[in-house]
Amino acid sequence: MEKDTNPGRSEATDDAQIESAGTPGQRLTRRGLLAAAAASASGAVLASLPAAGQTSARVPQPATGSAAVESVSIPADPTRAPGPPTSALGARSPFEQPARAPTGVTSGSSMTPLQALSGTITPADLVFERHHAGVALIDPARYQLMIHGLVERPTVFSLADLRRLPSVSRTVFLECSGNGRAAFRAPKAEMTPQNVDGLTSNGEWTGVALTTLFREVGVRRTASWFRAEGGDAARLSRSIPLEKALADAMIAYAFNGEPLRPANGYPARLLLPGYEGNSCVKWVRRLELADGPGMFRDETSKYTDPLADGTSRQFSFVMDAKSLITAPAYPERLAGAGWIPISGLAWSGRGRIARVDVSVDGGRNWMRAELQEPVLALAHTRFTLMWEWDGAAATIMSRATDETGYTQPTLAEFRAKRGAGTDYHFNYIRGWVIQPDGRVSFAMEG
Amino acid sequence: MRRSVLALALVAAACDRGPLAERATRRQQTLGSQPADVRPAPELPARFGVGRTPSDSQLAAWDVDVAPDGAGLPQGSGSVTQGAAVYAAKCASCHGASGEGTLTGPMLVGREPQDSFRFGRDPKLVKTVGNYWPYATTLFDYVRRAMPISAPGSLANSEVYAVVAYLLAQNGVIEATAVMDSATLAAVKMPARERFVRDDRKGGPGFK
Repeated sequence: MEKDTNPGRSEATDDAQIESAGTPGQRLTRRGLLAAAAASASGAVLASLPAAGQTSARVPQPATGSAAVESVSIPADPTRAPGPPTSALGARSPFEQPARAPTGVTSGSSMTPLQALSGTITPADLVFERHHAGVALIDPARYQLMIHGLVERPTVFSLADLRRLPSVSRTVFLECSGNGRAAFRAPKAEMTPQNVDGLTSNGEWTGVALTTLFREVGVRRTASWFRAEGGDAARLSRSIPLEKALADAMIAYAFNGEPLRPANGYPARLLLPGYEGNSCVKWVRRLELADGPGMFRDETSKYTDPLADGTSRQFSFVMDAKSLITAPAYPERLAGAGWIPISGLAWSGRGRIARVDVSVDGGRNWMRAELQEPVLALAHTRFTLMWEWDGAAATIMSRATDETGYTQPTLAEFRAKRGAGTDYHFNYIRGWVIQPDGRVSFAMEG
Repeated sequence: MRRSVLALALVAAACDRGPLAERATRRQQTLGSQPADVRPAPELPARFGVGRTPSDSQLAAWDVDVAPDGAGLPQGSGSVTQGAAVYAAKCASCHGASGEGTLTGPMLVGREPQDSFRFGRDPKLVKTVGNYWPYATTLFDYVRRAMPISAPGSLANSEVYAVVAYLLAQNGVIEATAVMDSATLAAVKMPARERFVRDDRKGGPGFK
């Protein structure tokens, strides 16, 4: 069988699909407008004609628009007439339509539109997804978390039980270890930050520390690992060293102040700060204390890192330091020469980001970017460098260093150690090419 | 019993570095400046005593893990021939008539010359059960949990043994006459078993 024409595909490629995030630029769809109108309970006002004597600015309509497309009028002068009343749920401005992409994937992923975000927090409805058998839909009243194995008191916790225990909140990133695969395997100039690295999200997680739960059940001395199982149709399972539980692991039931979204593990998931997303088992229903790993499918045939030396690295949990410039980036087009902010995100699964350097000459020289405080350990960190673009072609790049002294490798260093066929943890230095006409494209050779 | 007390102490000691301990420390630090009517918060118990004990039947139904040493493998057995029938009925529509894969299901069968394991260097090389999976027990565990993808958990244990036997035979790992059960499956050594190494990255300067 010819390998090139083999129809078999590695399911791992689903971690980072290459599909476009949609048409670049702001386009308002009928669906988005209807959703906005419905959510605001003020559709009538939004859709009404402007008040007499006022002109109106038409919201841009899709090119394929027809008479069926709703038209939304924005008053030319919002100070001249009252706006819509209060509503049950906040909706985005109809001018803002960030979206995860691709959608409709049962065993695969959707990616966070990093280019649409400011600061460091990912809105809950834009957190990336990676499912292995679709989104598990779970009635919280029937949810159970069983902890058993090498424990004194096997115990089943309800969601109410979990909420009765002391809670902890922590702002950390969550990144799929396949993040960046498409940009590594099949780079295209027309890749957005979302296409390149959209399998990372960041926010405040709230839940119960595993130490609290493990005290309830009494962990036996012979236990050295715990095995976590999800309540989805894949019953996805991972084995985690006990030290991580003692350090900072939690069972999270909330994100950014509200219960987890179903796509992100509702009603409860394992959260292992700094560890690859797959190990943070969603819809977690069982933890078994054991004296070794279970060698489950997602820690043997998947989520292992083939290396150039003919081995494969196993249990490579920690996400090493990484960064990505999110502006300027494709499909943006710079208006002209002058001062612009070069801005992006940096993060490390080993601690705080210590510094981010930015190059505007393809990596020959570097300048230190400013980090937005507070710089949190194991969290997205926003960096910015103000730069006066002279209008000439330039390649801009970012390079993060974490508090352990680890610096992102170059693409050449990455290829030499891991090999062109490696499958996870793509954290080499990337960049964007700026053309004299202002067009920005993904720099396919970092 | 003494062992368990030790274990509890060990976990408790580790927990002293955790968020609860931090909270207790913060509380003590601020006590001195509290108004006169503020009393210390209650001392926290060793445990809060929430949750219930699972029934034996729930434990048995939920604990389906199969370990590399065969622990957790159930009763039952299946032959390669029986597995071919199960595969044709339940698996072939996604994974192809002989495990070659389709657009909806990955390739499951295939070996490299000398089992070269060139996955790091060759991005075109497709991972299969035969050329990549380090443990045969994982195949049983995964199929029983998650396959077929439209009806996970629908195969009887003997059907799982049979389809595992079929896939191992297709990959040239076991003989076509073999029968898989809890003893024979745990004894299978996969070709890629020794290729896997533990994570040696530790942070700090240098790239691994």
